[in-house]
Amino acid sequence: MSKKSSIKIRAKLKNGVTTVKALVRHPMETGLRKDKKTGKVIPAKFIQNLSCEVNGKKVINGQIGVAVSKNPYFSFKFEGANSGDELKLAWTDNTGKSDTTTSKIK
Amino acid sequence: MNRRVFLQRSLASGAVALAASSGLLVPGTVLASWNKAAFDAKDMASALKGAVGSDSVEESADIKIKAPDIAENGAVVPVTVSTTIKDVKTISIFSEKNGTPLVAQFDFDSSSQPFISTRIKMGKTSNVVAVVNAGGKNYQAKKEVKVTIGGCGG
Repeated sequence: MSKKSSIKIRAKLKNGVTTVKALVRHPMETGLRKDKKTGKVIPAKFIQNLSCEVNGKKVINGQIGVAVSKNPYFSFKFEGANSGDELKLAWTDNTGKSDTTTSKIK
Repeated sequence: MNRRVFLQRSLASGAVALAASSGLLVPGTVLASWNKAAFDAKDMASALKGAVGSDSVEESADIKIKAPDIAENGAVVPVTVSTTIKDVKTISIFSEKNGTPLVAQFDFDSSSQPFISTRIKMGKTSNVVAVVNAGGKNYQAKKEVKVTIGGCGG
């Protein structure tokens, strides 16, 4: 775990509902932009899949396209978790890169 | 079992354990699929068919879209979709006038609430369309967002 994670995450439990707010550092390049200096198209590089698990059980999956903003923000909610449970968020992009982070639900 | 087989097996499982602990074998993400046909679709009807199986959608007042009336920056438009419809399987978000309207699709199950908030790129003033797939049917709501500076770059 030497690499700094691209994901910042906060998971708060209130009245039985856990609200997750995640910010991912990722260029979400559409593949439509041109480099202003070279005129060459900047290749598409965007998150395609996002998944969240709590205690090893899948909570939410997302299929993501180029139209999600750069450094994407995601927030979602679920029930049935407890304070101290471990939450894992993972993403993979179209170039095969991926990252994961885990956090405890507060 | 003989010693050779025992060593081979323990080395193999050791390699798997090493890969798993280094994050290379993340369950779910290795097998995750991406609906290319839906994301590449250039018009709403095809994008709907690709994303939710049909372009026949029923308007629903039970879907709430929170998005700005006017987005100063089309590159970062905050959109929150929630619904009181039960047994939601997926929520799909479209920006109707984007070159490829489908923006994202999220899967829900019995423990996750049908709520999603994110930020999207909009090329120009358009409807943000949220489609909820629940109980085998598709429901939608639309909200127009005026975009002053388009967000798709180029």
